[in-house]
Amino acid sequence: MGWSLRGLGRWAAAAMLAAGLLAPAAHAQTSGKTIRFIPEADLRSLDPIWTTAYITRNHGYMVYDTLFALDEHFKPQPQMVDTWTVSADKLTYAFTLRDKLKFHDGTPVRSADCIASLERWMKRDGLGQVMALSVAEMKAADDRRFSIILKKPFPLLLEAIGKLSSNVPFIMPERIAKTDANTQITDPTGSGPFKFVKSEWVPGNKAVYVRNPDYVPRSEKPSWAAGGKVAKVDRVEWVYIPDPATAANALAAGEVDWWQQLPPDLVPQLQSNPDITIANTDPLGSIGVMRFNQLQPPFNNEKLRQAVLYVIDQKEIMTALAGDDQRNWRTCYSYYTCNTPMASEAGAAPLSGPRDPAKAKALIKESGYKGERIVIMTATDQPIVDRQAQIVAERLREIGLNVDLQAMDWGTLITRRTSKEPVEKNGWSIFFTWFVGPDMINPALNFPIRANGDKAWFGWPSDDKLEALRAEWLAAPDLAAQQRVAAEVQEEAFTSVPYVPTGQFIIPTAFRKSLHGVIVAPVVFLWNVEKQ
Amino acid sequence: MLAYIIRRLIATVPVMGVVALFVFSLLYIAPGDPAAMIAGDLATSEDIARIHAKLGLDEPFLLRFGHWLWGVLHGDLGISIFTNLPVTQLIGQRLEPTVALTLTTLVVTVVFAVPLGVLAAWKVGTWIDRLVMLVAVLGFSLPAFVLAYLLVLAFSIELPLLPVQGYVSIRDGFVPFISHLILPSAALGLIYGALIARVTRASMLEVLSQDYIRTAAAKGLADGQVLLRHALKNAAVPIATVIGIGVALLISGVIVTETVFAIPGIGRLTVDAILRRDYPVIQGVILLFSAAYVLVNLAVDISYTLLDPRVRY
Amino acid sequence: MAAAELVAPLRRRHWLAPAVRRHPTVAVGLLILVAMLAMAALAPWLGTSDPLAVSPIRRLRFPAAAYWFGTDAYGRDVYSRTLYGARVSLQVGLGVALLSTALGLAIGLVTGFNRFADAVIMRVMDGLMSVPPVLLAIALMALTRASIGNVIIAITISEVPRVARLVRGVVLGLREQPFVEAAVAAGTGFLRTLQRHILPNTLAPVLVQATYICASAMITEAVLSFIGAGTPPQIPSWGNIMADGRSYFQLRPYLIIFPGVFLSLTVLAVNLVGDGLRDALDPRLARRL
Repeated sequence: MGWSLRGLGRWAAAAMLAAGLLAPAAHAQTSGKTIRFIPEADLRSLDPIWTTAYITRNHGYMVYDTLFALDEHFKPQPQMVDTWTVSADKLTYAFTLRDKLKFHDGTPVRSADCIASLERWMKRDGLGQVMALSVAEMKAADDRRFSIILKKPFPLLLEAIGKLSSNVPFIMPERIAKTDANTQITDPTGSGPFKFVKSEWVPGNKAVYVRNPDYVPRSEKPSWAAGGKVAKVDRVEWVYIPDPATAANALAAGEVDWWQQLPPDLVPQLQSNPDITIANTDPLGSIGVMRFNQLQPPFNNEKLRQAVLYVIDQKEIMTALAGDDQRNWRTCYSYYTCNTPMASEAGAAPLSGPRDPAKAKALIKESGYKGERIVIMTATDQPIVDRQAQIVAERLREIGLNVDLQAMDWGTLITRRTSKEPVEKNGWSIFFTWFVGPDMINPALNFPIRANGDKAWFGWPSDDKLEALRAEWLAAPDLAAQQRVAAEVQEEAFTSVPYVPTGQFIIPTAFRKSLHGVIVAPVVFLWNVEKQ
Repeated sequence: MLAYIIRRLIATVPVMGVVALFVFSLLYIAPGDPAAMIAGDLATSEDIARIHAKLGLDEPFLLRFGHWLWGVLHGDLGISIFTNLPVTQLIGQRLEPTVALTLTTLVVTVVFAVPLGVLAAWKVGTWIDRLVMLVAVLGFSLPAFVLAYLLVLAFSIELPLLPVQGYVSIRDGFVPFISHLILPSAALGLIYGALIARVTRASMLEVLSQDYIRTAAAKGLADGQVLLRHALKNAAVPIATVIGIGVALLISGVIVTETVFAIPGIGRLTVDAILRRDYPVIQGVILLFSAAYVLVNLAVDISYTLLDPRVRY
Repeated sequence: MAAAELVAPLRRRHWLAPAVRRHPTVAVGLLILVAMLAMAALAPWLGTSDPLAVSPIRRLRFPAAAYWFGTDAYGRDVYSRTLYGARVSLQVGLGVALLSTALGLAIGLVTGFNRFADAVIMRVMDGLMSVPPVLLAIALMALTRASIGNVIIAITISEVPRVARLVRGVVLGLREQPFVEAAVAAGTGFLRTLQRHILPNTLAPVLVQATYICASAMITEAVLSFIGAGTPPQIPSWGNIMADGRSYFQLRPYLIIFPGVFLSLTVLAVNLVGDGLRDALDPRLARRL
């Protein structure tokens, strides 16, 4: 680095000189063509197929394009695909790609790239794995035309390849998509509206994207991930600022243009600032989740899980988590994201009715609970997790459960939740987390509702009836049938309680008034946004 | 002199060896499983077991230590579990902000704190002395992050003079560079400055009470001359020592300061790595900070011979 | 035994009264400290409520008659938390001071007398000492689950080497002193020498060091909480209250100000007492003041 002592002395002297001479706003380095954006998390992996992390999914939408994309009516619309046909027996889907699709390295997008990308995605993604069971083969007719041939009908095929949230089937060049599905890719070459500048990537701090001049957007208006993805700025810098107070100040001072997730409690601080817009751009929000360890006592007992339903107060939890402003949260007594087609309150009475500690106590008695210690894990570095845990711990104590609230960081929590041991051996009883709305809209996407024992998500619920109903949903031919089966799935879920939904919340976003065209969608997109 | 330096350098080898062993075993017994973090929120137990095996986390202690140490000696600190990038690269891209911040703070603090300590000793018992000492004690009594927020509130929000956060390289202009460093340096330097001022005052008082100073004063030398030519020169060794030892405060402070001011330096890398259980990065930064600390104090030791001819090597 | 008299007076002379007389600040420090200790002990009877009780309907209230110091993001009463917080912060401060001086004293005495132990243990201590203390404490906290006990242990481990070093230095110095040599030559037993000559002379600097450790441990606890590696968040330590409230410091400054003032006052008090002790116990410095 070449710090010489003498140079240092001069440098320090100059430093002190300048300190006295500083002009205000000397640091303002505004460029109309750069958006500085504070993302929800630090970008640490570049492989949106390998990880389900939302931040990597968002990175994926910057640099990659998709065959289909979900619009605001929950309908998959063609994105890279120009035209497509479905055979009468619903077993052959034939696709033609749009003209002039090009990867960032200059090579054209070919059928082979799409097939290789879908193959890799089908190995990792939950819905992709289900789809793989129905796929006989995928073959290229030529560079722009390919088809997917099924063994048996799979009504969700377009929904699957137009999936909105993790893992999104992004299209990569074949040479990259050939990477083993369990190995992370490191080459961020895609065909999307922005290019990733890998040389400027500082994990934990900054990720930089520049406009892809070769990208040909569709002509439709943008609607969620569908429609024309027009990059209207030359450069986007993701600046990760984990400290909320610092982030708020940076936005107020104009050092950044956009803060993706404004903690609801800080809304009043920025509200009065005439240069800042605070908006709810996420129509589906996120869903809080309370998860039990069903392998160990006492929550291996269905009655005790049901008892908890009677004291969980979504209003109270959401107030603690998202603040007093009811625009930022709502109760959602459903296992599916509210305001989406599958959502209903079927079987939800224990959670939605008046809170009933007496009923809970009766169920606890019935369950034969003997005062076993209940370890609730909470993560202090994740306010959304911690707020839920603190409130629920107090309520469970009040109905006579022997609660041991253990604080740790998120890293420790997600390590410890893999333990199937009893609490005496460093196991756990309850933890909290959240999922974004698009991940919970139906029984196929909802991951924590799965009750296939050892193969299920941490907590390992086992409920054959629930699994059978879910399989039935996947085969349901139309919307009416889907809704009927989804309600049955939910009724069973409120009986065996794989988890408790703790409410639906929206984290507001805040941006400088100089930004225009921010897209309202459950995922944050940076195309269509202008800076003046 | 050269032989002395070499001898001292060799003496740091066992110290660094202990640090290496300590750092490695510390994280070896750590409860967090990086495989679980890598696997993500939707992972199943099988996913985690597979990653576990792939990272070699199941190998015995000595084997892993051996592999690791061999790599370290070859300048290879391993691959970050999270970013999949070499630890040396992660450290490399974050070295500049931390070096700039600590060096600026160190120089500015010493330039302010030593004269204040001298002044307090000279005017011992007066209101000047009491004021300096009060500020110094207060410096010890305030957590750095509280001070940092107060400074931002005062100088970036109420009076919008200085930037709130971030770092600008000196290559992008000196004024933006230094304006981004003023508040972090102030927050970081207060406790360090407090320590230096206190020790300077104490050792000056000690020297000022010696007979030869009294003689010098009696001879009619001007106060300032006595103070600088005789007293400060003789008090230099303890002052230099505390400047060296106090670097530990700077390093600890960097972790907090960089977090508050969103400076992309090693301090933030450290916090992020610890919260994510990124073992190779944690090992790398602790090793680096310790080596830096040992080297600074080695430099201080060597400087004794220049500051005080009575010290032999 | 004349030589022993040279050093022994330290033990007999009462140090507190002159220290207070010379430094009115020591009296102030002691007064604050006693007040804090009383507050910690009497917390339940000072108009507090359960410091852990959450209540989302009354969250983030400004200080008022019902909540003297306001409420935090969980609707917990900050006044109660601050008062109970005195218990936690003092526990950490005093706990670390006691533990680290006890351990440091033991290690320092052993290494001061035994060359082999010296060679081995001091290498380990040198290694530990070359890791900056807060960094070491964070790393140690990352190993264990958050609890007050673990915070005390983590900070203690990072402080012990410095105390050990100090004690060892004093012991090595004393061993060469004529009165110690005389005692050994006169056939005084090792333990008796230790008790009569070494310990009393080591205690003074260690006591001074202990006060500084106590002060810095309280600050370190706050820093650990800030980073998210400290005491469990529901436990009301001053550091936790501040760490919890730091996001709102512009909207709800009281969340930082109340615990901050209490912490700073306490640390200030301990430091003032430490300075007074040092001046009183160190005859070289005391002479001039």
